[in-house]
Amino acid sequence: MEINEFIENFADQFDDLEAASLSADTPFKELDEWSSLVALSVIAMIDEEYDVAVKGDDIRSAETIQDLFNIVESRA
Amino acid sequence: MSGYNPFTLEGKTILVTGASSGIGRATAMECAKLGASIVATARNEERLSQVLSELDTSCGQTHRMILADIVAPGGIDLLIDGMPAVDGVSDNAGASNGNKPIKFIKDEELAEILQANTVAHVNLAKALFKKKLLNKDGSYVFTASIGGNTSHVTGQAVYGISKSAVNSFMQYCAVEFAGRGIRCNSVCPGMIKTPLIQVDTLTEEDMAKDAEKYLLKRYGEPEEVARTTAFLLSDASSYITGVSIVVDGGYTVNH
Repeated sequence: MEINEFIENFADQFDDLEAASLSADTPFKELDEWSSLVALSVIAMIDEEYDVAVKGDDIRSAETIQDLFNIVESRA
Repeated sequence: MSGYNPFTLEGKTILVTGASSGIGRATAMECAKLGASIVATARNEERLSQVLSELDTSCGQTHRMILADIVAPGGIDLLIDGMPAVDGVSDNAGASNGNKPIKFIKDEELAEILQANTVAHVNLAKALFKKKLLNKDGSYVFTASIGGNTSHVTGQAVYGISKSAVNSFMQYCAVEFAGRGIRCNSVCPGMIKTPLIQVDTLTEEDMAKDAEKYLLKRYGEPEEVARTTAFLLSDASSYITGVSIVVDGGYTVNH
């Protein structure tokens, strides 16, 4: 698994957000565009692309994209 | 005491689907307490037997269970083969696919949820009506949902369309079954504390925040839906047909 690809997939879940504006250290829940739809989309994307089940609690505990990536990697 | 009670279900036989858990289980329990003789059906033998053993018999009535999966091929045949004619139906069996945004809907998931929440119920009504297993002047109650009817929440498209189709179908049933005096209605619950709403995309904090959107500041109990269904099954609602009753603690009016 590769973090840059993960960031791209992550950015894809927003309507209008360039992957270049995100980094592994981005505290994603502070983004203006973050919403419940994006959260559900990220969960569904991780299931589809990485075959990993993450929960609402995982999203809650992750601060940065790297945190989320680590959770996914640990279960892949 | 006058003994006047148009809400009683004494003397009525009621088929309850999805009777092993959640709203179906509560409906079987409440209807039995109101005097009905229950035909309980579901697919989980252990849980269904448990429900059967807990049904009230204080009006001297007897109950029976028929193990069947009405969603699976042949399941409805299995159910109606062993079934007596009934005076009422509470059709509850259903499924949820959690919270999936539209762009992640999978073909097989779409087919599965529509089968479980819509197609199976169309086929059940068809079979019961065709075999004349619904007595004249009976009452048919579908459990739909506010989802897809009065509420459209992110991630609930598949569930919502499957449940709005139930409401639509209920109205056609009301029209076509009226000739036999059969009334058809539905209940539309909001979030009710059942296993169906346990999805892991939501945290407990999310659920608590969501419950605040209900005027009564809480999710509903299965019995609160069951008693609405029981009213629709009773003679107290004898002039009500073709309608949906929202049972959502004030969620819809607040949105």
